[in-house]
Amino acid sequence: MSNLPVATIFLQSESFIYVLYIVAFALFIQGLRGLAGPTTAVRGNRIAAVGMAIAVVATLLNPGEGNWGLIVLGVALGAAVGIPAARNVKMTAMPQMVALFNGVGGGAVALIAWVEFRHYGSTYGSHTVHLGRELGNGVVLQTGASIQVGGVPTYIAIFSVFAAIVGSVSFWGSNIAFGKLQEIIPGRPISFGSAQQIVNLVLLILVLAAGVDLVAGAHSQLLFIGMLVCAALLGNAVVLPIGGADMPVVISMLNAFTGLSAAATGMALNNPALIVAGMIVGASGSILTNLMAVAMNRSIPSIIAGGFGGDGAVAGAEGAGEHAGTVRSTSAADAAIQLAYANRVVIVPGYGMAVAQAQHAVRELTKELEKRQVEVSYAIHPVAGRMPGHMNVLLAEADVPYDQLREMDDANPEFQRTDVSLVIGANDVTNPAAKTNPASPIFGMPILEVADSHSVIVIKRSMNPGFAGIENELYFDPKTSMLFGDAKSAVSEITAELALL
Amino acid sequence: MILASTLTTNLAILVLAGFIGFVVISKVPNTLHTPLMSGTNAIHGIVLLGGLLLVGLPGLDGLSKALLVIAIAFGTINVVGGFLVTDRMLEMFKAKPKPQPAAQEETKDGEGDS
Repeated sequence: MSNLPVATIFLQSESFIYVLYIVAFALFIQGLRGLAGPTTAVRGNRIAAVGMAIAVVATLLNPGEGNWGLIVLGVALGAAVGIPAARNVKMTAMPQMVALFNGVGGGAVALIAWVEFRHYGSTYGSHTVHLGRELGNGVVLQTGASIQVGGVPTYIAIFSVFAAIVGSVSFWGSNIAFGKLQEIIPGRPISFGSAQQIVNLVLLILVLAAGVDLVAGAHSQLLFIGMLVCAALLGNAVVLPIGGADMPVVISMLNAFTGLSAAATGMALNNPALIVAGMIVGASGSILTNLMAVAMNRSIPSIIAGGFGGDGAVAGAEGAGEHAGTVRSTSAADAAIQLAYANRVVIVPGYGMAVAQAQHAVRELTKELEKRQVEVSYAIHPVAGRMPGHMNVLLAEADVPYDQLREMDDANPEFQRTDVSLVIGANDVTNPAAKTNPASPIFGMPILEVADSHSVIVIKRSMNPGFAGIENELYFDPKTSMLFGDAKSAVSEITAELALL
Repeated sequence: MILASTLTTNLAILVLAGFIGFVVISKVPNTLHTPLMSGTNAIHGIVLLGGLLLVGLPGLDGLSKALLVIAIAFGTINVVGGFLVTDRMLEMFKAKPKPQPAAQEETKDGEGDS
């Protein structure tokens, strides 16, 4: 150390590295502030990315750094996978991409916690070196560590074990969410039925018991692995029973989980950048989770418990009995005429638009209508699609002007003076039963009040109820006509018919 | 004493960061929720730092090294992929306000001409 150049000593000093971390998290916060508006958002994201680069550089300056070959290998592998994936993913596949990125983050947390345990766990009780010192910056702290019973302070063990559990749950939960969104795994709820809650509870107890045991000084590697496996099973067991329509809540929640586990890793490693970044993500994920749950009028525990699919199926059966067929079917030509003579059209997109990748076709239709002086806007429910803001991204991709997108609260009062509402692949978010039928499982959920408009055209593949399995009363409304077909081809047909008028 | 102060200092940072997160994120409109999510997603890729710190420890065995390489790769995927994908999405939003009035004028002009 003594023969190092002064500059190197300065660059590797604890204070300098710490200052870089402070700069890094200041940039994260500034970057996220930029995300509050569409014009500043690009810059905000880049500012955050610069912050990340600074945090990485600061870490690599650490005098304890070594094994450069392994670092290069890991980073090269990650870049080789991550960059092409991010470049090539279609906007419609964004929810699963986010789920996957979230999952690997959680996986990294769990693996790091495992290595921490492999390295320090076995020396609990015999080691008197404080973890923070050894990882830290070459400064020998005359710590009170020697008066600790264990080598590693208990709080570090707690945070490390917490990170392992939550990271593992997040990794497996995100992978299941990815599988469902990618339709590798059926999107419908998969569960053990009524035993599901018991299975989850048993797994949770096992995980917690193992965690407590490890923190208390059990030196068993096997126990740690067992805990990771139970947490993995728990991640699977929690997400598998959740239906596709609840995905916005699940993805937000898993995002929050990974953030919190990253913050816990930061506490264990005494790293301020990790603590701040992880906690901010934890906070943002929690906010989003809550917003999504409110938008569905459901409590977070009830979504995690996964009871929705079951309830919905029962209610769906009842609903089907109530309305035996008074559905009016229409043709693309008729729909085109209806739209062409409207003054005001509101388009209500849903997951069906994403599945059919119909956003560009919808934009073409809008252009055709605007040529005819029809006023067009888009009404977007907060949970339309499979992740928060999913529809907005798709419409933005198709160059729909930002100011035509209306959030639910702004859109609802305007339906009364809307001539035609065009519902494209949206279902539960338009169901009037949420307002009128207290027996409905979605009663109380805020909806887009499409039924208030003068007439409604619904583009839908079939009469099959949506993910929630609930019959939509809107379809039986005399004002409503159904245009059956794939969203993309149906919209294109309407556009073609419009051009002929 | 020093150990306790490391813990309490870090706890203070943790709590303050939580509040800052709530304040900052609450202002993001619904429309930008997907980019927000993928942006914050990229930020939690910062666990990469944990991998980078641990890989420098002396006396790691083969399994630990392998686990850390995977962790670093995962963290890198999370960070690089997350920021790139967010950038792609946000570019689409940014493009809107500018070309849109221009495009409208163009179509109006075009209609006028024809």
